[in-house]
Amino acid sequence: MDLNLNRVGRLATLLLIPLLLAGPARAAGEPLVVYTARKYQLVDELFQEYGRNRGIEVKFVTDDGAPLIQRLIAEGAHSPADLFISVDAGDLWRASEAGLLAPVESPMLEAAIPAHLRDPEGRWFGLAVRARTIAYSTERVKPAELSTYAALGDARWKGKLCLRSGKHAYNQSLVAMMIGDLGEAATERVVRSWIANLAAPPFSSDTLLLKAIAAGQCDVGIVNSYYLGRLQAETPAFPVQIFWADQKAGGTHVNISGGGVTTHANNRAEAIRFLEWIASPPIQQRFAAVNYEFPANAGVAPLPVVAAWGKFEPNLVNVGTIGRTQPAAVRLLDRAGWR
Amino acid sequence: MTSSQRLSPTLAAIAVALPMIAVVVAVVQGAAGADPELWAHLREYVLAGVAWNTVILVGGVVTIAMALGTSLAWLTAACEFPGRSFFSWALLLPMAMPAYVLAFVAVATLDYAGAVPVLLRGWFGPELWLPPIRSTAGVIGVLAFAGYPYVYLMARGAFMTHGARALEAAQSLGLGPWAGLFRVAIPLARPWLAGGAALVAMETLADFGAVSVFNYDTFTTAIYKAWFALFSIETALGLALILLLFVGAALALERAARGRARYAASDSGARAALRIELTGARAWMACGYAALVFALGFALPAVALAQWAWQVAPLDLDGRYVDYALRTFGLAGMAATLCLALAIVLGYATRRAAGPVAHAAARVATLGYAVPGAVLAVGVVTALGAADQAWRTIAGGEGLWLQGTVFALLLGYVARFLAVAHGPVQGGFERIRPSLEEAARGFGLGAREVLARLHLPLLSAGMGTAILLVFVDVMKEMPITLMTRPFGWDTLAVRVFEMTAEGEWERAALPSLAIVVAGLLPVALLTWRMERAARTA
Amino acid sequence: MRLELRELTRKFGATAAVERLSIALDAGRIGCLLGPSGSGKTTVLRCIAGFERPDAGEVLAGGERLAAPGFWVPPERRRIGMVFQDYALFPHLAVLANVGFGLRDSARAQRQRRALEMLELVGLADQADKFPHELSGGQQQRVALARALAPRPRLVLLDEPFSNLDAEVRMELAQQVRTALTAEGATALLVTHDQREAFAIADQIGVLRAGRLEQWDVPWKLYHSPVTRFVADFVGEGSFIQGTVLGPGRVSTELGVIEGQLTRGQPAGTHVDLLLRPDDVIHDDESDLRAEVVERVFRGAQFRYTLRLPSGATALSFAPSHHDHALGERIGIRLDAQHLVGFPRE
Repeated sequence: MDLNLNRVGRLATLLLIPLLLAGPARAAGEPLVVYTARKYQLVDELFQEYGRNRGIEVKFVTDDGAPLIQRLIAEGAHSPADLFISVDAGDLWRASEAGLLAPVESPMLEAAIPAHLRDPEGRWFGLAVRARTIAYSTERVKPAELSTYAALGDARWKGKLCLRSGKHAYNQSLVAMMIGDLGEAATERVVRSWIANLAAPPFSSDTLLLKAIAAGQCDVGIVNSYYLGRLQAETPAFPVQIFWADQKAGGTHVNISGGGVTTHANNRAEAIRFLEWIASPPIQQRFAAVNYEFPANAGVAPLPVVAAWGKFEPNLVNVGTIGRTQPAAVRLLDRAGWR
Repeated sequence: MTSSQRLSPTLAAIAVALPMIAVVVAVVQGAAGADPELWAHLREYVLAGVAWNTVILVGGVVTIAMALGTSLAWLTAACEFPGRSFFSWALLLPMAMPAYVLAFVAVATLDYAGAVPVLLRGWFGPELWLPPIRSTAGVIGVLAFAGYPYVYLMARGAFMTHGARALEAAQSLGLGPWAGLFRVAIPLARPWLAGGAALVAMETLADFGAVSVFNYDTFTTAIYKAWFALFSIETALGLALILLLFVGAALALERAARGRARYAASDSGARAALRIELTGARAWMACGYAALVFALGFALPAVALAQWAWQVAPLDLDGRYVDYALRTFGLAGMAATLCLALAIVLGYATRRAAGPVAHAAARVATLGYAVPGAVLAVGVVTALGAADQAWRTIAGGEGLWLQGTVFALLLGYVARFLAVAHGPVQGGFERIRPSLEEAARGFGLGAREVLARLHLPLLSAGMGTAILLVFVDVMKEMPITLMTRPFGWDTLAVRVFEMTAEGEWERAALPSLAIVVAGLLPVALLTWRMERAARTA
Repeated sequence: MRLELRELTRKFGATAAVERLSIALDAGRIGCLLGPSGSGKTTVLRCIAGFERPDAGEVLAGGERLAAPGFWVPPERRRIGMVFQDYALFPHLAVLANVGFGLRDSARAQRQRRALEMLELVGLADQADKFPHELSGGQQQRVALARALAPRPRLVLLDEPFSNLDAEVRMELAQQVRTALTAEGATALLVTHDQREAFAIADQIGVLRAGRLEQWDVPWKLYHSPVTRFVADFVGEGSFIQGTVLGPGRVSTELGVIEGQLTRGQPAGTHVDLLLRPDDVIHDDESDLRAEVVERVFRGAQFRYTLRLPSGATALSFAPSHHDHALGERIGIRLDAQHLVGFPRE
């Protein structure tokens, strides 16, 4: 038959030409290209500032960690990315396992970032620390009643515990850490005891969980500290407080927001320089403060609202091992029925 | 058949299906590498649960969306009650409200700590029991409210165009208007209702945003978990493949069940039928029902969004929003145009093609709507990676030719949204009798002229519906945009993602509201067209 | 069942589609409304069926009021069957299901039997499992009739039932429809713009013009004694010549004095336009009266000649087809009229 697509074809061509031109522009001055799972509102300002200081363009796209990793894999040796930034040590571990991140030797970074917050081979470095710990209602709970994560499975918290979805990486990495500390069988018993104590189905976000504690739906929960920081910054009298879990047994679980230089970086030197810049004290402070996190650089103080929660002992297991254990942790959650 | 510009319809159909074929090939290849041990785990602990959950969810959402969409379409098309002309377009507005936005508004306002229960407990005491919004019923309700406009749109079109004469015939045979609705109008609207239901079902299957807000496990969340948490993209693609097979089978079954029956009206010179005049309590019940759906599906969520957006506007609102909006409009416009053009080619090709291959290609080409956007994005990125590699091998050179361009983005949109454009266009084609074509060709018009001078004018209503549906859907789209966009191509939906990913729902209200407002324009255009078509009918 | 319309009026905006229309059709009879398109005949039908509400007047069936000022029975409760111009068969149902559609209240087997019976009546029992789009136009039309008759309606309305069919099929089908209607003892009213259909099927015919009824009569009288010039024009072929009434049954014309029954009984001395049907003008080579052939239409058995009379007026004449005359030829004619219809001179 003789369907003629000339017109349609011409239309499509017209549509596409400007788009192809608008594609990956190869600007002069070797831009720094970042794939970041740390979102726009937490990175844009510092990226722009760095670009201005160095006289280059910093180009970035945001997405979740897993899609960014998949994009890097598909682009292979020709990927424009120089730097990968994630908000979960598991993603960083996975990216390095997939050969997407290249080792970096930087005395500055090695000095600034504690060993448990970076890859021993230098493929990624923690840049900000988020603690996942216990939040409790200041109206209904005394800190003395709290001790460890595992103790939240005690009968006294029956119908009083709130948890976020087990599908979220932050809970998976917490459980992964517990598997390292307690072993799989014991961890599964703990998780089952938590599920039995739930006051409400798991929440989709830590913020909703904290509001549920404040509203009286439950008394205790497990959250990333910075979510409470935001709420307390908005409402200083917010009736929920942080308790540092496991202080006498291994330390509070921490995860990182961190980054690594890609294997096929076009601008490797600039990428390393950028990481060092972020790790430097004044920038560290701001990088962490914008999200109420703890600076990775131990010599830098957090925001006052964050410092007010007091000092805590972090679990010193390397956060990279969390990535390795995470699939096992997810299976454990499936078995235990933590949705 | 000598001209080089001539093209076999079968080849044309296959060409249109190429984006989706490429995606399917990438998915199948990836799935081949699935981890058997992980499969065993999923089979034992995950699959049965999510399959059941998915069936319940899709069944519930489709049932409620069908009930809402069909009943409201009937009320506004065939009855007369106070406010009818307002509701006839206002009831389409929830289409501009992304499901994930509706979901977070519902949870943020109606969950235990939300404003409404807090207020109610303040009045009636802390022991007041309220139905939990974060429940199966809650997620079904939200997705049904987000989806019913598709059914409403399709059903209303069917009721208004060829319902009138058939209803008169039924009345002359002793059926009242309500019996006529169930025995004639609805059965006659079946292809259109089925089309609407299929869109809702596919959208529900592919939804990740709304079910995540409710922490409701479906096949799609299982796909995400296998990928994000179990670090096995291969297993995720395997799950996606199963999903695809089920959807393909379900759609084929529906078509087969129609048998030889046809639904296009015969030569209908029918004038607009008398609307059934509702009086007294019935009239006000109809009005109240329409008002309730409009309030829950659009007005109240929009007010909540506006309130939050107002709070964060001083912090976030600046000139960048003009760029986001323009880019969103630009992408949606290009994708809608492209999808429409391809849907016309596909419709024309399947009409003219002799063998079953073209029809099979059409099925494949329109499967993408049921696939989670992220899976499609992986397929697109992988396929284009292979294409780039091939290009470098053939032509030499460095760099990425297709990946990271707007072409990649549009390819993803086409793979996902072609089904949305295909439905109305196909419906239009089905109503053009072959004899018209033969008459036109009898005047010596070539196929190209027949398309331009006969089909396109006759298809204009369907084309309008198609282009606007795709437009609105692209504006709301998240995962494909995120994964395949070039640098600097952030849209309003990307901004929503960045806020919600950090749990900052209220700050996400600003870009969400911008999407809703931007979506009002095409929805208003669509309703204006519908009204005009109704007046001239 | 007897149908009666009293002063029926239906307006669309300012224009009256139907104005003060009154007819009565006895039970078991077949009536027909005849008129050019736009004359309001379909609107009358839709008012009877209940798809339109009359603005004034009454519709009665078997003495029961169906519509009156402030009163209106919805169509589904009127028990009036309708055959639509486009047949309006349900495309999603097979033929048997279409015919059985209006049968309710009875057992399934009974419904099936009645539907098959109706299909047999219209000669389509072997097509029961087909879908409408698989039938020819004539077959669809018969299915529509069977469907309308199946629930034993008290009245059947047919809206231009043959207009979509070939001319050959039309007359044959019209007869079949008449047979079917009579077999069912149905009272029926159809509308058409084709007088031949009307004559083939109807017992009584009404001629409509711009929403008004010009005449309601049996076909024979409509043809031979039309009460208005419009009816005379619209029903059958014919032409007018001038004449003067000489006395009862005698009219003087340019063709001589014509004798016959003067149906309107004008007094002597009146100047009239006299209606001449083609069968009133006989071709006769012996006659002294001569007229010029200005047009000829071959109709197989006959020629229809258009003739110019000495005064310049024209007349139509049928002649057996072996009388083959060329244009311009002057041929002999004579008049043979029994009914003289004269209208006041215009």
